[in-house]
Amino acid sequence: MNVAGNWRLQQQRYRLVGEECEKCGTLIFPPRDLCPECEAPAKMPYVFSGQGEVYSYSTIYSPPRGFEEFAPYTVALIRLKEGPMLTAQLTDVESDKVYIGMPVEMVTRKIQGGDEGNPIVYGYKFRPAHLG
Amino acid sequence: MRDVAIIGIGQTEVGEHWETSLRHLALRALQGAMQDAGVTQVDAIYVGNMLSGELAGQEHVGALVADFAGLRGVEAFKVEAACGSGAAALRMGYMAVASGLVNLVAVVGVEKMTDALGPDTTSALALAADGEYEAAQGVTFVALNAMLMRRYMYEYGYSHQDFAPFAVNAHRNGVNNPYAMFRFPITPERFATAPMICDPINLLDSSPICDGAAAVVLAPAEAARALSTKPVRIAASAVGTDTLAIHDRRDPLVLDGAILSTRRAYEQAGVGPQDIDLFELHDAFSIMAVLSLEAAGFAERGRGLRLALEGEIGISGRIPVSTMGGLKARGHPVGATGVYQVVEVVQQLRGEAGANQVPDARLGMAQNIGGSGATVITHILERME
Repeated sequence: MNVAGNWRLQQQRYRLVGEECEKCGTLIFPPRDLCPECEAPAKMPYVFSGQGEVYSYSTIYSPPRGFEEFAPYTVALIRLKEGPMLTAQLTDVESDKVYIGMPVEMVTRKIQGGDEGNPIVYGYKFRPAHLG
Repeated sequence: MRDVAIIGIGQTEVGEHWETSLRHLALRALQGAMQDAGVTQVDAIYVGNMLSGELAGQEHVGALVADFAGLRGVEAFKVEAACGSGAAALRMGYMAVASGLVNLVAVVGVEKMTDALGPDTTSALALAADGEYEAAQGVTFVALNAMLMRRYMYEYGYSHQDFAPFAVNAHRNGVNNPYAMFRFPITPERFATAPMICDPINLLDSSPICDGAAAVVLAPAEAARALSTKPVRIAASAVGTDTLAIHDRRDPLVLDGAILSTRRAYEQAGVGPQDIDLFELHDAFSIMAVLSLEAAGFAERGRGLRLALEGEIGISGRIPVSTMGGLKARGHPVGATGVYQVVEVVQQLRGEAGANQVPDARLGMAQNIGGSGATVITHILERME
């Protein structure tokens, strides 16, 4: 993703800023400006706590371009405490220690870049909650 | 609206075509289909393709294929819906003929994947996922399917080995398909010891990276009998969509797009799952085959795997799937796959499936899935008596 594309996502990447539907109260992440439950416009910012649990996970040995330095790394679907689900890498944990239902929390980490003149992209990863 | 029939089919072998370019793969399949249909001209060409720009350095393949097929001047464009591009192109062709605007249409699915290096292919396939919230996290397409498979095993208590019948069935059927990439059988024991790709998905849960092209020629059904001795009617053509990202789904283990797509197809054809004689499903990964069987109404939620374990997906089973090898053994040249599926259903309905013939097949269904379930395109084909 290019510089402008990453820059636009900084509120989500650094602080998990999603949205709250003013009509039905549904909490939304990633933001989409329309409530997925009632289709009303939903643009009120809502900052998620970063607490959640692992819904499922897998470990990647053959990474896409730009992620080679991290391989092998574990990715997960994470159910946030407030309800929405997101996709992220896990960090600070061995892949064989991960389990479905494991409590996790958001941390800020390097996602990719920093080589060959590419800007470093920072964003959310999740680590076991007990480390906090 | 008028009925539409398939009057010709063509396909190349699926594999690593080092000596053949994208345009020539498309050309071979197209010429095969036009020869089979006995036509020398068509009014329009719709090309299903996902990654020509990323992996073959070529966009604008509609006009390109028309030109190299000696059909310069006809209407032609590319249709893209990730791994569902092939069936999406067929859907466009169907609508064109059904509307009465166009009479003879050629639909070509083509993909050239093996020229690129592994990490580039992995990145390109991830374009089917949500770029900002899935792919940007370093998630691969295999990993998305692996997470679904793990969750399925967790919720319903299956073991990885329980998925073996899908790969075993696909390989058994691929043996007899001269166009299949893998023409050797595998055993459950070999499945158990296959190299792990992305836990729990191993090599034999997964379809291969490959090249290939397939094509069909469409005509108004009323004219089809005069043009072909074995026309096949398109009884239904339907699309359903869902969120690109798995994390945005109502329930990640339920393919809502496939439920919508098959429901619309059944309604259009006036049939139900009990009437379908064979089902070419989208077994890019064995978990996708399971979720498709459930979404299409062949099994209750969590029971799709049971069908396979009970031996009901073989040629003589209740619902034969991957009858010519499926994505697993025939191969999965992504943008071409949807057209291969339809070509194979036509072979079955014509009685030309050889050793893999489903006895007295009358109604066949093909379902092509783009991404992890965001675009689902279903066609039901019927033998014209």
